[in-house]
Amino acid sequence: MTMRVGVPRGLLYHEYAPAIHTFLESCGAETVVSPQTNREILEKGLALCVDDACLPVKAFFGHAAVLSDQVDALFVARFVSVERGAYICPKFMGLPDMIRARLQNAPPIIDMCVDIRQGLGSYVSSLPCSDTCKILGVAPRRLSWAVGAALMAQRKEDRRRVKRFAPSGSAVARTGLGGYTRESIYETSLTIGVLGHAYNLDDAYLSLGLISKLEKMGVKAVTAEDYAYDNLRRWERRGADRKQVFWTAGRKLIGAARRWRETGEVDGMVHLTSFGCGPESFVAEVIARDAARHPAMPLIILNVDEHSGEAGMATRLEAFVDTVRMGKSKR
Amino acid sequence: MKVSFPHLGNLWIPLKAFFSGIGIEVVAPPPTTRKTVAIGAQLAPETACLPLKVTIGNMIEAINSGADTFLMVGGIGPCRLGYYCELQRDILSDLGDDVDLVVIEPPRGHFRNTVRFARLLTSRAGVRDVVEAGKLAWEKCIGIDVCEQLANAARWSEAERGAVDRAVRKGLAELDRASTIRDVQAVIANTVEHVRSCAVVGPICQLDSCARSLVTDRYGALLRSEEGDLSPLSVGVVGEIYVVMEPAVNMNLCKKLGTIGAQVMQPITFSGWIMTHVVLDIVKFMPKPDMLAWATPYLGHFVGGHGVESVGHSVQMARSGFDGVVHISPLTCMPEIVAQSILPRVSEEEGMPIMSLTIDEHTADAGLDTRLEAFCDLLAERSGKRLDGISGAGRWKDMQVL
Repeated sequence: MTMRVGVPRGLLYHEYAPAIHTFLESCGAETVVSPQTNREILEKGLALCVDDACLPVKAFFGHAAVLSDQVDALFVARFVSVERGAYICPKFMGLPDMIRARLQNAPPIIDMCVDIRQGLGSYVSSLPCSDTCKILGVAPRRLSWAVGAALMAQRKEDRRRVKRFAPSGSAVARTGLGGYTRESIYETSLTIGVLGHAYNLDDAYLSLGLISKLEKMGVKAVTAEDYAYDNLRRWERRGADRKQVFWTAGRKLIGAARRWRETGEVDGMVHLTSFGCGPESFVAEVIARDAARHPAMPLIILNVDEHSGEAGMATRLEAFVDTVRMGKSKR
Repeated sequence: MKVSFPHLGNLWIPLKAFFSGIGIEVVAPPPTTRKTVAIGAQLAPETACLPLKVTIGNMIEAINSGADTFLMVGGIGPCRLGYYCELQRDILSDLGDDVDLVVIEPPRGHFRNTVRFARLLTSRAGVRDVVEAGKLAWEKCIGIDVCEQLANAARWSEAERGAVDRAVRKGLAELDRASTIRDVQAVIANTVEHVRSCAVVGPICQLDSCARSLVTDRYGALLRSEEGDLSPLSVGVVGEIYVVMEPAVNMNLCKKLGTIGAQVMQPITFSGWIMTHVVLDIVKFMPKPDMLAWATPYLGHFVGGHGVESVGHSVQMARSGFDGVVHISPLTCMPEIVAQSILPRVSEEEGMPIMSLTIDEHTADAGLDTRLEAFCDLLAERSGKRLDGISGAGRWKDMQVL
């Protein structure tokens, strides 16, 4: 019988789904992914997780809890680092241990360590000594092969995602608009850059449908995920007077913000942060301080937690979009 | 040039000795108060961790007393501490303060900053002076660790309330004035005698870790515990280093526990931290105290900051027969959130109560008092030990009659 491995639909699953699926399937396991976040899942997570953790981590606990009695093992990878010289978040480094400590009667947890801080070579060579082989019942060689297949699947998906995004001619949209009339405000097509972790933006329940709300207002939303990471990393270092941040997501967001600010590809930026997110408290501050020095690019920071209401977000978002629209049609 | 640095407990004493020794004028910031915290909380990002807020408060207050250059530690993550320097620089420059921030980075981190720091060190003095000043500062650093460990081990038994703290405060003031290594050692010996004259010193060295051996290597003979059938309630204090070491931020947690009648053990010390995180990071062939081995299987990977230490020390204390552990962390501290999630499990499986407390700029004395009292009460009940260290005697005896 094939082994049923549960994958919680939370945190880095949103970014690394192709890799995770390919990896588990190459190891001969059947993957079961938890449903989209809903109220019940979040409430389970809230009950299990410590109060101080951030919203996505709490939701992740809920996803793990939902899966725990349906599967033979839970896949909670220990994401330490996905590139040289940078981390992701300390909470991800302890995530499998947190789940193990808080989830009663949990199935065995596959806490495969993903640590590319010292380079891919030393990571792959460290694989065979992990417990992952034992739980999945595969030989070390097969595990290494599965990791290779997973990396390839992920790279293919990353390429596809970036190609899909053809930068719209927002510069074109800007021309041809005369004076400010009520009609012209709503005719102006807007592009808004949405900053935030993929695991918040892709999760409509946690982000309170931020992206779809923007689209309903006739706004084209772009996120940092629409660009190749290498490109954003180059932008992050461009003319930087600060030391480089050591969180991969932080590099991505600071790079995207700088790119948008300097190229004018977008008309405004929305930054979605979750309350209690450690790296974001610093990254958002860096982005906001830079934005304040270049006031041509409007920025709004929206902070969500388990008490956030949709109405509060909707009004602020509408007000922001109206302001940006007004400013643009005046120009 | 007037150099200053954010406070961390009594660390200003060795820092001041060091920089005065190499001919650089030092302005220690005024002691951290509620006002310092309030200034920092106003300027720092809302959900940043508490140490950032307090250090910014310290910097503003130091600028007001004339400082123009700051020393700050850097880092390469994943803890936010490594990025403090950039936000501090941004915040201070946006305020219009023309100050210089010299960042002490690990050598493999940012080479340019390391060079800048080395230049600052040798700007007024030769390499030999730097070494001499370093030796004196190191001795003072161990000195403050001895004083603090001593106070924690003795407070529960003081005959007159506040006697131990008075003795230690006097010792620290003399330590600050001491100008040679021999003076420092004499001051410490005097302080130990002084504390002994007003209290019973419980066993200090129970844990096998690097910090302990540094303190006991030099002063072990002085610190031997008194023989006898004393068995005070022993409570450990673990957590993020800043809130553990800074009494102004943790509301004198160790002192509060001591006054209630518990003998306190705080495994994180300055000398131990410098040894494990600075010296042994460079000198790789020396063995490091392996906290991860203690923390496994509860926590299987380093998580930055003091997350592994919090879990590891708790396990270690549970197995050495401690009655309980208080775990403190600043709000939103990422490594400590991991530790906080895991500690209830440690508590359950190792059979020792652990209480996690989160500290932020709104934490107030009274809330902490009641929780600590209740916790110690439960521990006393559970272990059958009495909380009548002489200092808390009257009150607790009445309670037990009832």
